[in-house]
Amino acid sequence: MMRTIVAFVRLRLRSAGLSFSLAYGLLYALSSALFLSFLWWRTTGLMERQVEQAVDADYHALAEHWVQDGLPGLVLAIQDRLEQNVDDDAIYLLVAPDGRKIEGNLVSWPRNVTRTDVNYERAILRDGVKATSLLHAYDLPGGCRIIVGRDIRGRAILRPLLADTLVWSWVMVTLLAVGGALVVRGIFKRIVSSIARTTAAITHGDMAQRVPLMGNEVDLVAVVVNEMLDRIVRLMDGVRQVSNAIAHDLRTPISRARAQLEDAALNCHTTDELRGAIERAVSDLDHVTAVFEALMRIAQIEAGARRAAFETFDLATVLTDIGELYSAAAEDAHLTLTTALPGEQQFYGDQRMIQQAVANMLDNAIKFSPQASTITLSCAVDSKSAPQRRVTIAVSDEGIGMNESDLARASERFFRAETARNTPGAGLGLSLVQAIAQLHGGHLELSRRNPGLRVALVLPLATKPPPRTDRNSMTQDSSASHLSATPVLVSGSA
Amino acid sequence: MRILLVEDDPTVRSFTAKGLREAGHVVEESDNGKDGLFMAVSENFDLVILDRMLPGGIDGLRILQTLRSQNNATPVLILSALADVDERVAGLKAGGDDYMTKPFAFSEMLARVEALARRGRAEQAPQTKLSVADLEIDLLSRTVKRGNERIDLQPREFRLLEFLMRHAGQVVTRTMLLERVWDYHFDPQTNVIDVHVSRLRQKVDKPFDTALIHTIRNAGYILRAE
Repeated sequence: MMRTIVAFVRLRLRSAGLSFSLAYGLLYALSSALFLSFLWWRTTGLMERQVEQAVDADYHALAEHWVQDGLPGLVLAIQDRLEQNVDDDAIYLLVAPDGRKIEGNLVSWPRNVTRTDVNYERAILRDGVKATSLLHAYDLPGGCRIIVGRDIRGRAILRPLLADTLVWSWVMVTLLAVGGALVVRGIFKRIVSSIARTTAAITHGDMAQRVPLMGNEVDLVAVVVNEMLDRIVRLMDGVRQVSNAIAHDLRTPISRARAQLEDAALNCHTTDELRGAIERAVSDLDHVTAVFEALMRIAQIEAGARRAAFETFDLATVLTDIGELYSAAAEDAHLTLTTALPGEQQFYGDQRMIQQAVANMLDNAIKFSPQASTITLSCAVDSKSAPQRRVTIAVSDEGIGMNESDLARASERFFRAETARNTPGAGLGLSLVQAIAQLHGGHLELSRRNPGLRVALVLPLATKPPPRTDRNSMTQDSSASHLSATPVLVSGSA
Repeated sequence: MRILLVEDDPTVRSFTAKGLREAGHVVEESDNGKDGLFMAVSENFDLVILDRMLPGGIDGLRILQTLRSQNNATPVLILSALADVDERVAGLKAGGDDYMTKPFAFSEMLARVEALARRGRAEQAPQTKLSVADLEIDLLSRTVKRGNERIDLQPREFRLLEFLMRHAGQVVTRTMLLERVWDYHFDPQTNVIDVHVSRLRQKVDKPFDTALIHTIRNAGYILRAE
C-alpha cells in the first residue's frame, strides 16, 4: 500500500506540469512568508521605538522643569501630567535620595530597576492591576531619582493580534498560490495536450491535423512541430508515389521476364532459342536490379545519411576526368563533347556523388542528342561574396529538349517524357541528380535551349565543413531542402 | 584453386559452386557461419567467398575479423545484399579484398575470383615490365612497344592497358575496369567502357596481324596471346 503511494507520488512528481506549478506555489508561499515576517518585525519595532522616544521626550521636559523651578516645580509638573493623562498610560515616580517616594503613581521603586541607560520592561501593579510597562530610570542632580514610563498593555495586546492577522493572511496567500499553481498547471497541460492531441491524431493516421497557433510563445514549438509534420507528409507522399511507381515500373520488366521464361518453357524447341529467351529474361531482371539500386540510392541520399563522405576536393579535376571518360562515348555516337572548365576549383562535398550526378547528366545528353550535335560540360562560379557563392555545373545539349510541362516533372521518379519513351532508361537519372543537389544544399535547374536542354547543378560553394548537426543547422537543412523540393525552372533560351 | 564458399541460400550456393567447379576450382561449401568459420580457420584455402548475412549467430564480417586477427591473409571476396557504399566500406575495412553485391552475374564473380587469386602472386615481386606475346609495356618509362613499333597512348589508355596486361589471360569485366582504372563506383548507362577499349584496340591491335584484346560475350574483355 505504502509502496504504491510512493510510486504514485513519484510518478506525479515526474509530471512537468505538476512540478512546475509546485515550484511556483512553493516559491510564492515562501516569499510571502518572508515578506509578512519582515512586516511584523518592522511594525513591532516601530511601536517599541515610538514608546521609547515618548519616554525620553517626557523626561527631557521634566528635567527642564527641574532646572527652572527645582524640586517643587518638578513635582507640580508630574502632578499636572498625571491629571491631564487621558489615556492613563503614563507612569512617573520621583524618589528622594533616601528612597522615599515624593510624587508619582507607582507605589514604590521597582527592585530590579537599577541602571539608567536601559529601558526595562516590567510587570508592575497599578491600581491593584498587574500591567506590563516600559520604564526608564534617570538620576537627577542632588541625589533624587525619577522613573518615567508608559503602560504598554495595549502593545502587548496588539502584538499577537498583528501576528494573528499576518499568519492568516499568509495562509490566504498560500491558498491563493496553490490555486494559482493549479491554474498554471491547467494552462500548461492544455498547451501540451493541444500538441499531444495533434500528434496523437497523426499517429492514428490523420495526417491533415496541425497544432493550432495560439499567438503566444507556444507557437515556437507549434511551428516547429507543424514544419516537422509537413516534412513527414511530404516524405510519406514520396513513399506513396514511389511505391506506386515501383508497382508499375518494376512490374513491367518482371512480368516481361516471366512471360519470356514461360513462353520459352512451352514453345522453344532448340537450345539456341531457349538460350536467347533466357538471356532476354536475365537482362530484364538486370534492369529490375538497376532500377531497384537507383531507387535505394536516391532514398539513401534523400535521407541525408551520406554527409559523412564530405571532403574538400578539386572539382575541376573531377569534371575533367568525367569529361574525358564521356568524350570517347560522345565521339562514338558522332557527337562532340566540349568542356568549359576552370583550371582549379576547390569544392566541399561528396566526390563520388558529384561524379555520379555529372555522369547521369552526360548519359542523358548523349542519349537524347541527334548526330553531329554538340554537348557542352561547363563549370562556373558566380561573383557573389563568400557565403552565397555558388558553383554551377551545367550540361547543355542540342537534342530533343523538353516542353514546359515535362520540365516541371523531369526530376520526378520514373517520369519519362513522351518523346523519351522509346529510349532505354528507367526515368531515375534526374531524380538521383536532384537528390544529390539537395544533399549538397543546392538545386537542379532545367531550362530550354533552342534547340535542346540545359541541365544545371547549382551548388553552394562551401570550402569548409558546415557546423555539425545542432538544432539550428538541422532546421536550416530541412528548410533548404524544402525550398528546393521542386526543380527551379527557367523558361526561354538560356 | 581451393575455394571455400560460405553462403546460406541453397540456390545461389549450388549455382556458384557449380560454376566455379566448371572453371576448374575445388570448392568446399558451408551454409552457416559457425561451420564456415571452423573450416576457414582449420583448413587452407586459396580464396574464401563469404556471404555477409548468415544464420547460426556468426555473420560474414565476424568470420572475416576472426581470420584477420589470426594473421590469416587468405583473400576474401565478400558477397552481400547490402549494397550501400557504407556497407562496402565496412566490408573492406574489416579486411575483405573485394566486395560484390547481390544479385550478381556469375561471369562477374568468376572474373573477380580469378583477379583475387592472381593478386596474391603478382604482388610479391614488383614488376617494371609486362609483356604478352609481342606487346610490351614499361611501367617506369610508361612506354608501349609491339614488336619493334612504338605505340603512343594517352595516360588513361596506358592505365587501361596496364590493367589488362596485369590480368592477362583473365576475363575482366566492365565494372572492374570502371572501378580499378577510373575509380568510379557507379553504373554508367552508356557504353563508355566499350568505347575506351575499342579506342585502345585501334592503337594496339588494329595495325597488327593478330588481335590481343578479345571481347567475351556477356562478360567483358580478355587480353591474351591467341
